Amino acid sequence: MPGYANPGFDTLALHAGAAPDPATGARATPIHLTTSFVFESSEHAASLFNMERSGHVYSRISNPTNAVLEERVAALEGGAGSIATASGQAALHLAIATIAGAGSHVVASSALYGGSHNLLHYTLSRFGISTSFVKPGDFAAWRAAIRPETKLLFGETLGNPGLDVLDIPTVAAIAHENDLPLLVDSTFTTPWLMKPFEHGADLLYHSATKFLSGHGTVIGGVLVDSGRFDWNAATARSGRFTELTRPYEGFHDMVFSDESTVGAFLLRARREGLRDFGASMSPHTAWLILQGIETLPLRMARHVENARKVVAFLAGHDGVASVGYPELESHPDHALAQRLLPRGCGSVFSFGLRGSREQGRAFIEALKLFSHLANVGDCRSLVIHPASTTHFRMDDAALARAGIGPGTIRLSIGLEDPDDLLDDLKRALKVAAKA
Amino acid sequence: MKFAVDGPGGRGEAYAYTGGKRLDASLPAIVFVHGAMHDHSVWTLLARWFAHHGHAVLAPDLPGHGQSIGKPLESVEAIADWLLALLDAAGVDEAALVGHSMGSLIALEAAGRAPARVERLIMVGTAYPMAVSAALLEMGERDPFAAIDSVNALSISTLAGKPSYPGPGTWLHGADRILARRLQMAQRDANLFLTDFRVCDRYRGGLEAAARVTCPTTLVLGARDQMTWPKHASALAEALRARVVTLPTGHSVMSEDPDALLAAVRSAVAAPPETPAG
Repeated sequence: MPGYANPGFDTLALHAGAAPDPATGARATPIHLTTSFVFESSEHAASLFNMERSGHVYSRISNPTNAVLEERVAALEGGAGSIATASGQAALHLAIATIAGAGSHVVASSALYGGSHNLLHYTLSRFGISTSFVKPGDFAAWRAAIRPETKLLFGETLGNPGLDVLDIPTVAAIAHENDLPLLVDSTFTTPWLMKPFEHGADLLYHSATKFLSGHGTVIGGVLVDSGRFDWNAATARSGRFTELTRPYEGFHDMVFSDESTVGAFLLRARREGLRDFGASMSPHTAWLILQGIETLPLRMARHVENARKVVAFLAGHDGVASVGYPELESHPDHALAQRLLPRGCGSVFSFGLRGSREQGRAFIEALKLFSHLANVGDCRSLVIHPASTTHFRMDDAALARAGIGPGTIRLSIGLEDPDDLLDDLKRALKVAAKA
Repeated sequence: MKFAVDGPGGRGEAYAYTGGKRLDASLPAIVFVHGAMHDHSVWTLLARWFAHHGHAVLAPDLPGHGQSIGKPLESVEAIADWLLALLDAAGVDEAALVGHSMGSLIALEAAGRAPARVERLIMVGTAYPMAVSAALLEMGERDPFAAIDSVNALSISTLAGKPSYPGPGTWLHGADRILARRLQMAQRDANLFLTDFRVCDRYRGGLEAAARVTCPTTLVLGARDQMTWPKHASALAEALRARVVTLPTGHSVMSEDPDALLAAVRSAVAAPPETPAG
């Protein structure tokens, strides 16, 4: 029962991590735009550096405004803590780099955002971290791909752009049977639609650029740790996670799993990853994302409501060959979505136009309310052609494996009056039919 | 660091965090004793500070908790004996004892059993008797994870503990909840929640132990504590002639205001030994 001691989601979205500023009484969270924080004494400085005290030293490592965001997202996800990063990509990199290095291996869903695919397939392989891609619903393939040097399993809650629903309970069980954590990209669902930790995921991240911010204004990411994965036990059985369970020469010979039973991963991610890779978030960005999160429950409800109206319209239109939305019985993951996403499947989905590539182009160019750009999760409605933009590095075979056709159109449904969105789509479909 | 401890349940391997430094038993020792459904990690900031400021530090995982294997012990008296056996195993003759909640009762009992070995007693988030409601014990027996959530919600008095523990970005409610859940799940043959809370509830030797304590004692209480209400510590404070420090926290004093607790413990440890408490 929600109450002050055990608040509900909407209350946490407004209050978690924030209190009136003790110095000024400011009720809203101040933007602490400062690089660094004054030490009270030499002893105080030394104890902060040596992690004998908690506090802020330098804003690349931590900042009071960012800390409010970090606590709030962790609260909404049911996690132990989180780290704000410069982007969602930075969060993914930080998650992997904290426990993986040259010689390590990742098993990932093939239904990924193109940027994540790029990082795993092209960039990290250059640093000696290889990835095996498997279809998200092929559990035998997940199992078969795991090697002694595998460090984590990774997928998206709703695969981009086909909305493959990741069967988190099953994939998490496979991960745990093999002493591995499951990392998920939770960007499309947000904690309002699904809390992956309740289904067995161990780590998650958001591109906070999308629904968490919600206003298309800033780039940011948040990496959240459930605190549930037992790094000591997994290391004892598999020898895998010595990064967290053995002395780290790069930080006072600290054994992170001894310092914090539930926060070992985040300690290393912050004390090494933010320190050395430096992909930190600006406090101004953190503040804008906090503004967005305050209305996340209200916005997500409206996003889903509008998306359902658009999906129903497109599914009944002669010019549309298919609509890939898991709430439709035609979607291969419909039953799974009913189980894992009872509040809805978000507002980003793809559909296939009947006709040629030219007609697809004509459709996009005829839209007036929908903005043609490379983003999702904005309060404004958006449209893009994945094959020529987000996934353009993939050849046709890789596209097909990711569930994308050359005529696939991806929509991100915003918060406009739904009748206006339907009118815009209706008109553009008419233009496409005549092109 | 691992120790072989000859405790009441026989010889067993125990883990104690030593503050990020190798234990040097020749230094003044300070021992941090965690409470119910916790482990050593609730003490690491304080433990690191003392280890890097001239102390031998032990922050054990009590039997059946965290990295100390075995079944949980079922009385304050038994755990106090185990704690003294840990000091033997570590080569520590005398120490300052700092305990939180259930750990404060263990520290008190140990100080009463071996007054010559305890040079300071610091009881954090404490009360005596530490009665647990029948409803909570019943919930703990029926659904320990629900009981953990209930205790967690009452233990932390703020939605914005700053600068958080062990560092910025930690959601105190989430971290405390998952720690307790992990400890509960790790005990396959025992209901750790029920065991720990019964240990608190059944302890009856507090005033007798207090009468045997000879060292200066400090109570550090949380003004907003809803688990061990400050007023329920007054009889104990009187019996121990203890100095009482009240901080603006709930029951989770270590995580809600680690700097203020550090200051209180430093002050308590630094108090001249010949000065009677109070």
